[in-house]
Amino acid sequence: MKLLRDLFRDFRFTLSFSILCILVALALLSLFSPYDPTFWSVVPRDLKPSWTYLLGTNSKGQDVFWQATFAVRNSLILSVIAGSVSRVIAIVVGMVAGYLGGGADRVLMFLTDSLLVIPLFLIIVLLAMLIRDRLTLPLLGLLLAFFGWAWDARVIRSLILSLRERGFTQTAILTGSSTLRLVLNEYTPFAMPLIFSTLINNMSWAIGLEMTLAILGLVNIDIPTLGTMLNWALNYQAILLGHWWWVLTPVVLSIFLFVALYWLSVSISEYLDPRTRTQRVGAQ
Amino acid sequence: MTFVRRHLIPRLVQYFLIIFVGITAVFVIPRLAPGDPVYRTIAELRSRGSYLDPATVDNMIEDLTEMYGLEGSMFDQYLAFWGRLVKGDFGVSFFQFPTPVLQLIGISLPWTLGLLLTTTLLSWTIGNLIGGLAGYFSQKRWSRILDGIAMVIRPIPYYIFAFGLLLLLAYVFRLFPVSGGAAIGRRLMFNLDTMLDILKHAFLPALSLVILGVAINFQTMKLMVQNVNSEDFVRYAKLGGVKESKIVWHYVIRNAILPQITGLALSFGQIFSGALITEIVFSYPGLGTLLYNAIRTGDYNLIMGITALSIVAITTAILILDLLYPLWDPRIRYT
Repeated sequence: MKLLRDLFRDFRFTLSFSILCILVALALLSLFSPYDPTFWSVVPRDLKPSWTYLLGTNSKGQDVFWQATFAVRNSLILSVIAGSVSRVIAIVVGMVAGYLGGGADRVLMFLTDSLLVIPLFLIIVLLAMLIRDRLTLPLLGLLLAFFGWAWDARVIRSLILSLRERGFTQTAILTGSSTLRLVLNEYTPFAMPLIFSTLINNMSWAIGLEMTLAILGLVNIDIPTLGTMLNWALNYQAILLGHWWWVLTPVVLSIFLFVALYWLSVSISEYLDPRTRTQRVGAQ
Repeated sequence: MTFVRRHLIPRLVQYFLIIFVGITAVFVIPRLAPGDPVYRTIAELRSRGSYLDPATVDNMIEDLTEMYGLEGSMFDQYLAFWGRLVKGDFGVSFFQFPTPVLQLIGISLPWTLGLLLTTTLLSWTIGNLIGGLAGYFSQKRWSRILDGIAMVIRPIPYYIFAFGLLLLLAYVFRLFPVSGGAAIGRRLMFNLDTMLDILKHAFLPALSLVILGVAINFQTMKLMVQNVNSEDFVRYAKLGGVKESKIVWHYVIRNAILPQITGLALSFGQIFSGALITEIVFSYPGLGTLLYNAIRTGDYNLIMGITALSIVAITTAILILDLLYPLWDPRIRYT
């Protein structure tokens, strides 16, 4: 509880946390949607926002507000899949490399460095092109997860390297705890906050990459996400026709989402850094 | 000699290994896809409504198999693929048939290089300069305001940012041309008029890149300077009465700039793939637009060519940087 209270002292944390709560609530609203998001022509086309259609309707004959709830939901689901799966890879690679050292470390770090250096975006584009039609949301999440762990594995490894030199590691080994227990019970609490802050960054990366791929038309554009919503709006020349409510909805929602995620992660990592923490919560 | 044995050779081995892994990925990925690219191409032609008689189809299968480099076993294909790469032969583009991929890249590269070299250098210099000063004077009001602006700009995805800028400055206020690299139909010659025209068209894409680039460099540099600022040697210099301008430039920024030099090299490496979104949003005629068209038309050879070249470019940039690093950081000595 104290942890939460300290975090909420930062107005950026409070603000971004509230924005995220609102967005999640929006995503949950999709469960009560009166329309199926994949159906066309369920409402009159190209209507301006009004009380009946809160954010207007688009040229496909869909209600923009309910589309947006599905878009936010799917973008969040995607980012959670990508973020959590890549966290698992990053934790395993980082801990094994950091704890074992030697040959395992060298091989794993070579793999990590290769992933960091190779122009991943182009490779993802190549892959997405090939499986575009079969690219479901979880599959895209896994694809992004597979490419998104390298940097964080390095960060976790360096944390483990420093923990390994601490006294309690020696104590644990001498008192006969197994390596697995040592890593799980002793190291995980230290790594948890770091893992959480990299998770947020990774989620935001995944949403951004999905938007870029969607605008290039490289994902299944029948699944509503923030990216595909914008793609449809641009394809129907919504800017030239003046359908601002259609274009601005995904743009504004994504700006809020990205800024909120970023502020959340900055606020948490500032809290993690003992130097900035004392400035914020005072020495104790 | 110890330098060569201990540092240069392992580093070169790593360099070639990474290129090897990357290029192998470029070879393997298209082959992982279910279905035969040859038949897919033919099916695509058919679905566009052109009639093909059986004899033509047989001929096409043969030609396409050769063009895609799909003759023989997987291993034969792999060897042939490397053989062609080493000679710098990326095959011909399918979309703009029989133009060689390398020639297409050659036409587009100058536009991208011109735009991105300028913006990368500009945003690096401006961002580090302001960021360094803002980090040193982090308690001042202007420093906090700049930090606040960067906090909002930084997380916005580049596509959305560039798109907003285009809407505002080209559609609403009509200050800049909406698209293109030069006025339509203009012959490109070396005179003042052409130069001004190119500059005018490049301004908006450059602006979008520079603003975001400055925000990113600003933040990292500010953080770095704040860290150096709390080091003992800075406090000692202050107590010893060293002139403040000397502390800022020679003590603090000099130390904080080192990781940023790595960042600069990395962003030079990103030039090949980094321009994609910029060029699509502003319809700029560079490598990104070429890649975008290649993606839309499924032009494999072209995509593989651009990807392979950018892998080599990035790894080479990092290699050169690593070897030059002691020039900037006297603490690192290859002995």
